[in-house]
Amino acid sequence: MAQTVRFILGDEIRELTDIDPTMTVLTYLRTVERRTGTKEGCAEGDCGACTVVLGIPDGDRVRYRAVDSCILFVATLDGKQLITVEDLRDRDGSLHPVQQAMVDCHGSQCGFCTPGFVMSLFALYHCELEPSDRRISDVLAGNLCRCTGYRPIIEAARRMYANGNGDRFTAVESAVIEQLRSIQRADTLTLMHGGRTYYAPVSLSTLASLVERHPDARLLSGGTDLGLLVTKQHEDLDTLIYLGDVRELQTVCADGDQIEIGAAATFTDAFDAVADHYPDFGELLRRFGSVQVRNTGTLAGNIATASPIGDSLPALMALDARLVLRRGGTTREVGLDEFFVGYRRTAMQPGEFIERIRIPIHTRRRFAAYKISKRFDQDIASVCAAYSLALDGSTVRDIRIAYGGMAPTPRRARLCEQALAGCPWNEATVEQASHALDRDFAPITDLRASSAYRSLVARNLLRKFQLETTHGAVETRIVVYAEHCHG
Amino acid sequence: MDNRHNDRLTIEGGVRAAIPHDSARKHVSGEATYTDDIPVPDGTLYAAIGISTHAHARITSLDLVPVASAPGVVAVLTAADVPGHNDVGPILQDETIFADGVVEYAGQSIFAVAARTIEQARRAARRAIVEYERREPVLTIDAALAAERFVLPSRTIRRGNPQASLAAAPHRLRGTLEMGGQDHFYLEGQVALAIPQEDGDMMIYSSTQHPTDVQRQVGRVLGLRVNAVTVEVRRMGGGFGGKESQAALFASVAALLANVTGRPVSLCLDRDDDMIMTGKRHEFHITYDVGFDDDGLIRGIELVMASRCGMSADLSGPVNDRAMFHADNAYYLENVSITSHRLKTNTVSNTAFRGFGGPQGMMGIEWVIDEIARHLGKDPLEVRKRNLYGDTERNVTPYEMTIEDNILHQLIEDLERSSDYQARRAAIHEFNATSPVLKRGIALTPVKFGISFTATHLNQAGALLHVFTDGSVHLNHAGTEMGQGVMTNVAQIVAEELQLDIDRIKITATNTGKVPNTSASAASATTDMNGAAAADAARTIKRRLIDVAVERFRVEPSQVAFRRNEVVIGDRVMPFEELVSLAHAARVQLSATGFYRTPKIHYDAERLRGRPFYYFAYGAAVSEVVIDTLTGEYMFPRVDILHDAGNPINAAIALGQVEGGFIQGMGWLTTEELYWDEEGRLMTHAPSTYKIPACGDTPPDFRVTLLESGQNREDVVYRSKAVGEPPLMLAISTFHAIKDAVASVGDYRLSPRLSAPATPERVLLAVEELRARLAARLVQLQPIEVH
Repeated sequence: MAQTVRFILGDEIRELTDIDPTMTVLTYLRTVERRTGTKEGCAEGDCGACTVVLGIPDGDRVRYRAVDSCILFVATLDGKQLITVEDLRDRDGSLHPVQQAMVDCHGSQCGFCTPGFVMSLFALYHCELEPSDRRISDVLAGNLCRCTGYRPIIEAARRMYANGNGDRFTAVESAVIEQLRSIQRADTLTLMHGGRTYYAPVSLSTLASLVERHPDARLLSGGTDLGLLVTKQHEDLDTLIYLGDVRELQTVCADGDQIEIGAAATFTDAFDAVADHYPDFGELLRRFGSVQVRNTGTLAGNIATASPIGDSLPALMALDARLVLRRGGTTREVGLDEFFVGYRRTAMQPGEFIERIRIPIHTRRRFAAYKISKRFDQDIASVCAAYSLALDGSTVRDIRIAYGGMAPTPRRARLCEQALAGCPWNEATVEQASHALDRDFAPITDLRASSAYRSLVARNLLRKFQLETTHGAVETRIVVYAEHCHG
Repeated sequence: MDNRHNDRLTIEGGVRAAIPHDSARKHVSGEATYTDDIPVPDGTLYAAIGISTHAHARITSLDLVPVASAPGVVAVLTAADVPGHNDVGPILQDETIFADGVVEYAGQSIFAVAARTIEQARRAARRAIVEYERREPVLTIDAALAAERFVLPSRTIRRGNPQASLAAAPHRLRGTLEMGGQDHFYLEGQVALAIPQEDGDMMIYSSTQHPTDVQRQVGRVLGLRVNAVTVEVRRMGGGFGGKESQAALFASVAALLANVTGRPVSLCLDRDDDMIMTGKRHEFHITYDVGFDDDGLIRGIELVMASRCGMSADLSGPVNDRAMFHADNAYYLENVSITSHRLKTNTVSNTAFRGFGGPQGMMGIEWVIDEIARHLGKDPLEVRKRNLYGDTERNVTPYEMTIEDNILHQLIEDLERSSDYQARRAAIHEFNATSPVLKRGIALTPVKFGISFTATHLNQAGALLHVFTDGSVHLNHAGTEMGQGVMTNVAQIVAEELQLDIDRIKITATNTGKVPNTSASAASATTDMNGAAAADAARTIKRRLIDVAVERFRVEPSQVAFRRNEVVIGDRVMPFEELVSLAHAARVQLSATGFYRTPKIHYDAERLRGRPFYYFAYGAAVSEVVIDTLTGEYMFPRVDILHDAGNPINAAIALGQVEGGFIQGMGWLTTEELYWDEEGRLMTHAPSTYKIPACGDTPPDFRVTLLESGQNREDVVYRSKAVGEPPLMLAISTFHAIKDAVASVGDYRLSPRLSAPATPERVLLAVEELRARLAARLVQLQPIEVH
């Protein structure tokens, strides 16, 4: 049984034995390592000032992924490479191409957000060449800057490829892979510190027995939600079981009629499979949190936290996604629309966990998803809607309608669905049926939106869906319009 | 870019060189040290503050035993433990460090705790048992107006006869515009490190725009003379006005805990506490009554501005004065009255924020002009032009300052042409006629912003310059670096004055022990004033060096010239450091102070009359928006800006201020919504809930130009112009572009009702309201059957 967290910091292996597993990587860097280049801006994964890059072995390559160190537990670094802004300069002190481009483009003013931007750009630099402006803006959505207005940073992102995208990290990649291989584990990592226990199993069977043995344990996946309990609520998480190292749960596969997503697959891992079949769901995921959040957060985590505003949930529900729940050696399958039983409560039994998510691949249904938020990128929806429509000619055979932000749980709009079933799919019937939504939901007023706005938008989105499915030529989406503006 | 590098005799990084920010290389490599990055001495304690959960209440019992007994806790302090004055009000003494009996906003500091780790301190602070006797809170502008609760007396500026002009005007409109506040959201939260010194002195590292204020406040709190406290700041991770008066509370708490424990104390606010505890931009309601003619020319106007100041005066006096001084923006208001109410509410005390009341004042008049245009069926731009200040007549402001440097006529014309405003406006109308869901809108708005502190005495700055015998220079001045590039600008000025490459100039942390009695880095004038003070010091040194050369080499002063890193003396050339060494050997002082006070300004604070501003900064912007009339979402595909930064010291830095200021202003007017619950608790206190612009909100087509012919007509250092605040107000065009797009829903026959911030919700509700009004109007036009 392993009891040491081993990871690479820069190019040196670190071994931590007596450490609080829920210490955040940011705290570790600033207080233990005295690497103060990484900053705390919010301690909730929303501003990106704390962005660092994780190197993860992927065959013969290292996969570089930007993450928010403020809500990442240090124990989850096990088996990975951690790269911070201090690692980027060359041995001779010259700046990394990303850093140089930021200087040349006047990309920093107060400089406090800058290390985070540099690290996000560094990950981008290694992942792809010459990204589009749209892609740059997606990659930087999780980094807030209050000084520059972003234009010079976008310019730096374009200019950093002046000499391709090879750097000293590329030069030593195979050595790093060797190093990473040397610290991979074959068995469960167990850490005990100050009355706190942390398990990181590597096999599904061990995970299942651990969860069964510790029904009160917190299951840790990406930690983008759980991390906040530590940084904001100052809660003690006594027993933690980490799913991220269970290889059987990291898989994403799409066969003929369904997409199956393991509980430990991140949003980033799942993106392509989902976006290929459901572009609108892809668009929703593109706007889900930020790159940093999607690089650690998981679909299963978003489901298990059962938030009324989990932005992936209405789409999954409209698509009739099903969950494979496991307890010990047995599994059962439940529909997502039966899974949420109340505000932040689910149908999971003690000792049970989500093993994987199954999303049917519908080929003859029309699907659309919409997310309405105050800020377009990196915000939580005030209303999220998803529709899956099957037509017989121009008549509604059946329609699945699901909303987030309208009730204590994400929920189907059954009355509205019923009102539409068998009706002609046209403006008049949709207009009429949309009023059934007012009987389906009684949304609340809060900081994100008023009850009146939520109800109005819920109705309007259904109208928009009808418009888009019948009048393809009408421009209805500002994001598509914006693409035109890009030329 | 600086094109003169080829010239062997041209210094690196002189005035007009668009060099990178002095700390750019340190920013990108994580080496720039912010207050929380300073290595702390052994034994340093970490602090947390316990805050009120009620907006208005009497504290009936405060049990801090659970706090004191929490793990790691070393000290707990309340109002009773303050040796000096329990107050941090920057102008009036009306704001406690620790609440004494009564709390007046949710988030008010009640006690502080120091512990061995920051986590222990924060956990301990949550263990206090506080019992409150709730009092009815007054939370809104309307409620405070009704209750006549003010932090300061109301003020009025009047000129001509607005009443009579209103009555006689061919057209008259009345209404109210509401606009929300704004959180600064500097990325680095409030932070201070206090280190006790011998004799009971205190060394403070503070993230502050106003080290002198922190110094005075800490002295008052500890009961020390000012000379016992030293405050230093190398840089802030953003300020925007939020660290002008607000830093004093946190530095004071750290100092109190350091004083009582005898150990260094670090106080670093968590983002949520920062947003809950610190003041913001003032929320305003502006009510207007305007009379105008068929061309849209304003004949008379009455403006009443009501602002939510929060629980204390803080800087609300000068903020509201500036709002009044910008109620005209760029327009001549012949018969006018401007009244300002400074309302006391049970919310956090609002404070300075980039623009300092100016943005709110301008929003009012820009809205009025837009209303006039829509009433008359004209292009708002036409009405704007119609009302602009004249060059030689119609050029006196309501506060009796003659505008001598107006360049807006030409600037607007240039922008109108370069942005292709007219053709785009026509194309937008065409698009809107056939697009049922998406609608586009466009607006051009100008900015005229007064430069100088309205309080005349604050318009002074100092600098300290040392030259060493190797020819290197140590530069210090009163300006503080918050990202605006003041350190770079001033270093470029000194490099230019001494004709030294900029790498010879060492920029050093702002420190109250080096340059004393300073003003805040605020009012956009930091480079203007500190640059001039540093130039003054450099010229003193230069004069002394010339004297040495004249005496030593028997030449005329006119035969001594400084050129790149060298001095030409008659027909000999020597390295700069050689002359410096000669001066040192001749026992000539190689250190000098410099001083500057802004000329020409005067101001009668009682009558609100005079010349409060040395000059004006100008600019204009055209914003184009597309809105979704089913959801209220929007984006800005293109923005064109033409801004006058004078002849900038560093055009790259000036451009950065224009772009960044615009986007920040756009945030204020669009997505940045502060939301309080009915008990007065701020619910938007972190980036998860408070949405400043993200990367994708920057217009994909963003054309920002500095006015090429820019020259400050006044003798400001190197004829540059202040550029920190003015560009923020260019974003008023975004709000009016949205309004224009909403107006298209009613075929431009009705004027939308919109308030700021124009969140998607407000936009959609404005669309719906307009549709409802239109429908009602159509119904009215139908013949009514009589039964």
